[in-house]
Amino acid sequence: MAKLHVSTTINGEPQEFLCDADQSMLDVLRGPLGLTGSKEGCGSGDCGACSITLDGRLVCSCLMLAAEAEGRQIATIEGMAGEELHPLQTKFLEMAALQCGICTPGVLMAAKSLLERNPDPTEHEVRFWLAGNLCRCTGYDKIVRAVMETAADMRGGAR
Amino acid sequence: MSTTTTTTAGDDNKWIGKRTVRPDGADKVTGRAAYAADTNMPGMIWGKVLRSPHPHARIKSINTAKAEAHPGVKAVVTAKDVVDFPIAKSVMLGIQDMRWMCRNVMAREKALFVGHPVAAVAATSEKIAAEACKLIEVEYEVLPFVIDVEEAMKPDAPVLHDHITFEGKPSNIAGKLEHKLGDVGEGFAKADVIIERSFRTQPVHQGYIEPHACLVSVSDGKATIWSSSQGQFMVRAMCAYLTGIPQNDIRAIPAEIGGGFGGKTIVYLEPVATLLAKKSGRPVKMAMTRTEVFHASGPTSGSYSKVKLGATKDGKIVAGEGTYCLQAGALPGSPIRGAAGCAFAPYDIPNVHSVGYDVVSNRSKVAAYRAPGAPIGAYAVECVMDELAEALKMDPLQLRLKNAAKQGTKAAHGPTFPRIGFVETIEEAIAHPHYKTPLAKPKNGVLHGRGVASGFWFNAGGESSAQVNVNEDGTVVVITGHPDIGGSRASTANIVAEVLGIDYRKVSVLIGDTSVIGFSNLTGGSRVTYASAMVVTQSTENVIGQLKARAAKIWKIDPEAVIWENGEARPAGDNAGKFEPMTLGQLAAQANATGGPIGAGTQLNTTGAEGGFATHVCDVEVDPELGIVRVLRYTSFQDVGRAIHPGYVEGQMQGGAAQGIGWALSEEYIYDKNGKLDNPSFLDYRMPVTSDLPMLDTVIIEVPNPKHPQGVRGVGEVPLVPPLAAVSNAIHNALGQRFYSLPMSPPKVLAALESKTAKAA
Repeated sequence: MAKLHVSTTINGEPQEFLCDADQSMLDVLRGPLGLTGSKEGCGSGDCGACSITLDGRLVCSCLMLAAEAEGRQIATIEGMAGEELHPLQTKFLEMAALQCGICTPGVLMAAKSLLERNPDPTEHEVRFWLAGNLCRCTGYDKIVRAVMETAADMRGGAR
Repeated sequence: MSTTTTTTAGDDNKWIGKRTVRPDGADKVTGRAAYAADTNMPGMIWGKVLRSPHPHARIKSINTAKAEAHPGVKAVVTAKDVVDFPIAKSVMLGIQDMRWMCRNVMAREKALFVGHPVAAVAATSEKIAAEACKLIEVEYEVLPFVIDVEEAMKPDAPVLHDHITFEGKPSNIAGKLEHKLGDVGEGFAKADVIIERSFRTQPVHQGYIEPHACLVSVSDGKATIWSSSQGQFMVRAMCAYLTGIPQNDIRAIPAEIGGGFGGKTIVYLEPVATLLAKKSGRPVKMAMTRTEVFHASGPTSGSYSKVKLGATKDGKIVAGEGTYCLQAGALPGSPIRGAAGCAFAPYDIPNVHSVGYDVVSNRSKVAAYRAPGAPIGAYAVECVMDELAEALKMDPLQLRLKNAAKQGTKAAHGPTFPRIGFVETIEEAIAHPHYKTPLAKPKNGVLHGRGVASGFWFNAGGESSAQVNVNEDGTVVVITGHPDIGGSRASTANIVAEVLGIDYRKVSVLIGDTSVIGFSNLTGGSRVTYASAMVVTQSTENVIGQLKARAAKIWKIDPEAVIWENGEARPAGDNAGKFEPMTLGQLAAQANATGGPIGAGTQLNTTGAEGGFATHVCDVEVDPELGIVRVLRYTSFQDVGRAIHPGYVEGQMQGGAAQGIGWALSEEYIYDKNGKLDNPSFLDYRMPVTSDLPMLDTVIIEVPNPKHPQGVRGVGEVPLVPPLAAVSNAIHNALGQRFYSLPMSPPKVLAALESKTAKAA
């Protein structure tokens, strides 16, 4: 079967690619587009290591067909930092909220998405929002603390 | 929200003990860090493995003709292509036996578990490789199988390996290990209270989020391997054994590793990809799916064990006896040393008999998992300790304190302990607000309980190499040979910066591949910070010697008359002459004029790691309606010797506790009646997620290891040793009912509560 032609926007830049009808967004990101920051931990939407946003909504890119990107806005971990790191990225480093780092891109994408919706989350809200992102190294303690501290910093900065 | 506390022994350091930003940090938060599956090569093709659908079957023939003829297929390999090591003769590489390893990476005479590799294909796409796997015709003679350890030990059990005998008969018991101290018969005779219980645990997977992956190129007979492993030198050596390519023709490059916990201390894909690359002449990439990871890598053993403890009525333990039967999976090599060796080690018990049995059965071969075997050993002993405390009407921590091993205690597994910090972990736990805070009263039928447990791990030294180079601009590059699995680069940077007296940001830490750094043993066993600190310190001290000599040359004075202080060379005193101090940068700039590049390497077989101890306190709530156990509060107390980077030390403690909570409450391998793993996904294999856990508090205790330049003891393994029993004891405290089998998942808790209710009615 002929490949599908897809026009989309990734991290603010126009992007075109060809894909098979059954190919996942994660496959296309990691393969032809060379955006390997999104990781494949399970391929079944259970680990969240491939988290991206699609028109601002957090999704597992392994569960999304690449063809669905047509005309949409995609954001990946590669677009998270501007000239400087995003405050979440800085805080994760300061607080040692990562060990091996394989889940980190997905966790950061999810955490950013949370703070965009809820700038003042409780610990409970952080834990349930991030429940779709498996981390086997940290026990989540430092991740949850880093997200909450970043939220506090960002609220402070906005005042 | 509760807080994390740190006690610090002395604080005159500038970088050691500080929470610096890891050198590889920015790459890891921006998605730039290259893990094993992130690298591609021009002309690269894809490898896929054909796996056995049977738990036990003789392989009568394999016909690969149709697969080879399939368009796009470039190579097919089977066991014929892997170097054969006859099954009856041991070929050891460290603790791994190559006759098992060659059969684990590719089934030879028999397929021994569902998921056992039988053949592999390399093709121009993953899809074509997978299609071609289906075209391979394997003729199996299906054999009876056995999954569970107790079944496998029965005399009429199907035998996996005909050459293995136990007590003169063909058997699945592949090995036995025994530790003896004193005379347990005499010991138990003195006891006023004796408690003996049996325990069962299920295999649990290491659960690293990054599946095994590699990329291999073979050109002119020389192989380059990029892979995710806990040791590039292990990858090189095993691939050399299994492919026949000599070590000098293999370059193993460590990719960033996405978690291992012991599970990446052996090879699965690398030798297969190497053979496919050699045969096809194309670079070959292979990556396991999560299902393959569950079916065919890891896990750690399931177990059946029996433990007996005897104490006098004043609470002195006089004898301990343990039998640990561990599943090895299809090929021998379960961690009986960790189970039988660590189980009683926290206690000063004069009479101990601890036995481990290594039992094969038709499930995937186990791999190391964080303090291999020790959590299984401690689970049984620490649960019996809890019952012993109850019977003696003693506080469970006081019972542990009364019997705690200390300097001079002879352990059953051999050593007499030097200065250790076990007592301190118990004392800190007793004094901690967590232990003093009363439990909440039952509310809406939900019950609360508190449990404690302790644990021990041997720790490890071994071979490490490091090179420290001073750059022309006065910055420093450090190369070590250990994959950084959880922030070890940060510890290395702290140490070099401290010793040299420069800012840690001027120190880059790189992980060398097998062609650029000397042999370094695995990242594992809680050895990396310990051992690399030793070689890095020695190299840095050598560099300082060179820097002093260069200053002496410039000043035309005796090198002995130069000291190194705060990153500068200075004359030792006025008698040495009056010279302005020279910084590292100034000396580096003049290096060529004063004798050439400045740098030093060190290679050591490090010793003196000594053991590590921890005590954990766990609060749970149990909902008797739903059978759900939730951990509400958890505090780990651990003697780490010296925390080089407290953030990553706490991280190890928290991560281990979380894995232990999963092992205790929700994780297990479940097999169907056909001998096939029934839950090979993160959906059905239930690891703790964020919403399952509370904050995991840590108390770092620093009793410096006198045999280490910075006082380091290993950290990473011990945190997984106490949790199984700490959670179990907390559930008993809540319900008044004991569980002797893991996981204590909702269906099991409900069943136990219902049978209790039925009995009462």
